[in-house]
Amino acid sequence: MKARVHVTLKSGVLDPQGKAIGNALHRLGFPEVGDVRQGKFIELELAETDANRAKTRLDEMCRKLLANTVIENYRIELVG
Amino acid sequence: MVWHGDSDLPKVDLIVLPGGFSYGDYLRCGAMAAHSPVMREVKARAEKGVPVLAVCNGFQVAAEMGIVPGTLMRNAHLQFVCGDVHLTVETSQSLFTNRYQQGQIIRVPVAHAEGNYFVDEDTFKRMEDRGQIAFRYCGHDGDLASGNPNGSLRSIAGVFNETKTVLGMMPHPENAIEPRFGGTDGKGLFDALAAALV
Repeated sequence: MKARVHVTLKSGVLDPQGKAIGNALHRLGFPEVGDVRQGKFIELELAETDANRAKTRLDEMCRKLLANTVIENYRIELVG
Repeated sequence: MVWHGDSDLPKVDLIVLPGGFSYGDYLRCGAMAAHSPVMREVKARAEKGVPVLAVCNGFQVAAEMGIVPGTLMRNAHLQFVCGDVHLTVETSQSLFTNRYQQGQIIRVPVAHAEGNYFVDEDTFKRMEDRGQIAFRYCGHDGDLASGNPNGSLRSIAGVFNETKTVLGMMPHPENAIEPRFGGTDGKGLFDALAAALV
């Protein structure tokens, strides 16, 4: 089974990197770009066939390592 | 010095998590080192009350381990900062800061790209009530509206855990203990520790 984890900054947490990306896009001729938030995308192969068990384990992985819940939210997606 | 892959730790009076760049800052600064084998025992000792001084990357690791509150994010201006900063000593009521006066201004160096301290507002209020803010960045005259080198929340430069036995700080007091290195304002911290522990 494959899983995808999306890690994003919580709203209210400043994202200077996202801001710099937004500014660069403006300079490149994309004035329609407003707020930009940068996150992380992590793809994992799991030796697991049960979706519920996989989700429980992934949740634990996110809380222990993949996300820092002081500043980040995470979303888990199971594929195939 | 102990190896990161070790699982046990000799009996010690003080644990120091120094600066550096552990694991190339993969995932988040300090995130990998926080889970290396030896850190399980470091955390257990910290929770038992063994004093821990965590500086720079060590502070980032300590925050990822959860032995001090909050986290360190990328500097707000996205640049590495390197140079002397001024700090106010927020409390002299600790094992680490009792050789300073509350409100004293000290000058010590910083060198980091991820020193932008953040913690949620509720936790911050609890920390402030308990006197867990150790140092704040300030101007040379103590002005808290200036001198913040990285965008840290409320100019926070260093924090304690609840029992004030763990101190995490981005500035390097260990680099300000000899006049020939440009200053001695960091020495008070080590004098205080030596007096308490030896």
